[in-house]
Amino acid sequence: MRLFLQLLFRNRLAGFGAVVLGVIVVLAVLTPILPLHPPNETNTANRFLRPLSEGHWLGTDHLGRDLMSRLMWGTRLSLAVGFAAALFAGLAGAAIGVLAGYFGGRIDNVTMRGIDMLMAFPYILLALAIVAVLGPGLMNALIAVAVVNIPFFARNIRGVTAGIVHREFVDAARLSGMGNARILWSEVLPNVVPVIVIAMSTTIGWMILETAGLSFLGLGSQPPQADLGSMLGEARSALITAPHTSIVPGAMILLIVMSVNLLGDGVRDALDPRLRSGAPSRPEATTRVERATAPEATESGLLRLDRLETQFRIGKRVYRAVNGVSLNLSPGECVGLIGESGSGKSVTALSVMGLVASPPGVITGGAVRLDGQDLIGAPYEMLRALRGRRVAYIFQDPLSTLHPLYRIGDQLAEAITAHQPVGRAAARARAVRLLEDVRIPNPAARARAFPHELSGGMRQRVGIAMALANDPDIIIADEPTTALDVTVQAQVLALLDELRRSRGLAILFITHDFGVVSQLCDRVAVMYGGRVVEEGPTTDLLAAPAHPYTRRLIACVPELGGGRRRLAAIPGLPPAVDDLPPGCAFAPRCERAQDACRAGEIALAGKVRKVRCLFPETTP
Amino acid sequence: MTLALQTRDLARSFDIGRRLIGPPRARLHAVRPISIQVQQGETLGIVGESGCGKSTLARMLVGLVAPSAGSIEIEGRLLDRADPAAFGRLIQYVFQDPVSSLNPRKTIRQILAAPLRHLRGLRGRELDARIAELFAAVSLRSDFLSRYPHEFSGGQAQRIGIARALAASPRILVLDEPVSALDVSVQAQVLNLLADLKAKLGLTYLFISHDLAVVEAVSDRIAVLYFGALVESGPAHKVFATPRHPYTKLLALSAPVVGRPLGGAQSGELPDPLNPPPGCAFAGRCPHATEICRREMPALRAIEGDQHAACHHPLAP
Repeated sequence: MRLFLQLLFRNRLAGFGAVVLGVIVVLAVLTPILPLHPPNETNTANRFLRPLSEGHWLGTDHLGRDLMSRLMWGTRLSLAVGFAAALFAGLAGAAIGVLAGYFGGRIDNVTMRGIDMLMAFPYILLALAIVAVLGPGLMNALIAVAVVNIPFFARNIRGVTAGIVHREFVDAARLSGMGNARILWSEVLPNVVPVIVIAMSTTIGWMILETAGLSFLGLGSQPPQADLGSMLGEARSALITAPHTSIVPGAMILLIVMSVNLLGDGVRDALDPRLRSGAPSRPEATTRVERATAPEATESGLLRLDRLETQFRIGKRVYRAVNGVSLNLSPGECVGLIGESGSGKSVTALSVMGLVASPPGVITGGAVRLDGQDLIGAPYEMLRALRGRRVAYIFQDPLSTLHPLYRIGDQLAEAITAHQPVGRAAARARAVRLLEDVRIPNPAARARAFPHELSGGMRQRVGIAMALANDPDIIIADEPTTALDVTVQAQVLALLDELRRSRGLAILFITHDFGVVSQLCDRVAVMYGGRVVEEGPTTDLLAAPAHPYTRRLIACVPELGGGRRRLAAIPGLPPAVDDLPPGCAFAPRCERAQDACRAGEIALAGKVRKVRCLFPETTP
Repeated sequence: MTLALQTRDLARSFDIGRRLIGPPRARLHAVRPISIQVQQGETLGIVGESGCGKSTLARMLVGLVAPSAGSIEIEGRLLDRADPAAFGRLIQYVFQDPVSSLNPRKTIRQILAAPLRHLRGLRGRELDARIAELFAAVSLRSDFLSRYPHEFSGGQAQRIGIARALAASPRILVLDEPVSALDVSVQAQVLNLLADLKAKLGLTYLFISHDLAVVEAVSDRIAVLYFGALVESGPAHKVFATPRHPYTKLLALSAPVVGRPLGGAQSGELPDPLNPPPGCAFAGRCPHATEICRREMPALRAIEGDQHAACHHPLAP
């Protein structure tokens, strides 16, 4: 709750709305005890007194009634009706929506078609029809406004509920022996309430306007009772001669609706989990760089990462995702980068082309040199010219990296024309050839398919084709087969291996699977806690791991053909990168660790086989 | 040995494009009639790729999905109505994604209390004692009980998921990819915990996974599913070492193994589920397929000893 208020008031406009609305509500509540004239006391001798007259601060209306008093009583009534209508519409709509979304099928179909029918009428016509049937009166206007708004809530809540019902915790509740009523009440409803609150807070203003509209037409509050709408309606005839009688209630409506909407928006933002972690902001086109000095260039190579450091800054916390990673990629070489989640392997890969989202990502040190040219801090135009052209990426989930609304052939053609001055037809022809290169059967027909029409394996082939579109020198593949089935994974790995040999591609292959690394990579680097802990030729490293982490990680992965057995687990959890221990990050989980391991920085030692350990398993 | 679980021709089909009135546009056979038997105290591994029907099978076994045909017997008792509450005391389920299977707005204590209250009728002090016992069984600290699910790592959340499944003291656990969302170092911890619990409580496991090595490491017997049907079953040490069905062989060859060159890169994909072939579903990808394979669906038959395969031309060992 405190967090909620904090978030709410971080938004200045919402805070302003809350204050204005608060003042209005307090005044409306206090109206009966304020020293005001009776609102309905007529005095025709004093009609149309201007504001700031003696005894009547806001003047009087056409019957000589005190406007101040009528305004306060009218505001009180309008607010009450608006809130009541929102509450009624919200509860009724939410009930319908939750039931329809939860039970689905026929119930959903029938109720939602009913709701659709309600929505088919223009709302004011529907409200007029309801009032015409029930007769004019404030209560009936309230009912009309509420009924007209039920569909909005019902549709909204139904969608949210349908999403929650398919979540696994609802199945879990069912397996725990809960019935439908109990699941609805204790599992579904608590997750829907924030949505109901958001929908209500953003519609109250609208409801107040609608009731005012009905009263203005003479269908809401009946004379002499004042509400903001009827005050406006009565003042209409004197709009020119006594404009203050219209301006006063009009200004009040403006204030109320504006403050309610500002506050409602604030409530929505504060309750929305996506916005909770901070104001939503579009990431910059390249990762922000805050680097004191670039390390000296040592040797040349195709791609050299030199003591790269990337951090995420969220609030006061600093997540040191990559801590001085050095890597080297030669032409035609395949290097595996292996590690568990949170080890920094993906962030390392994304930092190369400045693709880490900023904010919160910041590159704080090191260099990435492509043919000796430093890419860290390079201007956006230069990075853009290199992205996809010389260094291309393949991502884990091809369904989320391909645009769902464009045909894959067009997406491939776009990737080509982004870097090469070729015509549309030529680009399309190349796209089909690329699909053929990645062994997609019937490529000309498949180029016209949408991503959802392809299987996961085929989509990943399209992802590879897109990476190949501009004949890059380097491909960075971030767990490209993790989402695929084993038989499809084998196909995709074989394809990558063949392409690399036939085109002389250098590949940086990120994975958590030792089997894949051993089949594809020449060299491998193992990451832990944002650092490379061991590096070397794949066969040597896998046969005789030197770092205790590598050895134990290999030991805890079951291997096919090993038979039934107990696995050698590593106790404990990987370190949190916002709170890395001094010295070796693996020390708390390591049985060989001694005091020296926890004391200070340990260097990555060695020439071909490198290991960052004071007491390695073997001397490489 | 007594039978813990037995299914007879258990099948499930889904209607596609259901209309308000009248027959559906198409019918998808997610699970074709499957008969399996699991002995008390055994671990049956079920492997298959996405779309092979392994999750639908698992959900039928715990009563979350009603079968369209066939029967389920648990310890000799016929459970014919899909009612998770009736199933819940005998058979429970551990979900793949540990975090999304926990309600984000409930504390761990509330989550664990639900099955105890509703399936076992525990209240008050008994309830608290049992929760503490469960938590100790999955080696978690008891001060975690008042926290919310988002505060836990994947491995811890999966321990909580296991504790919840064990709460109602079931005889059988269906583990649906219980470690595939976890990191390898944590994966081994959870697998070892499962092995310890099984030994201590005398449980029977159905272990579903797409990871052949994990299944082989934990199972007594293995069943291989392809396109909704059982294509091979047998003792764990034999199924991948000497596969009899060409699909099992393809699976075993495709698994990346350290020190083995890339292999099994055979083209081809699953048949269209809405328009299944009349014969063997694997015939389109099978190097040994002949005329009869494309015409007639092979039945599951014993090949040698306890090893069964549904193939017209089973492989020699």
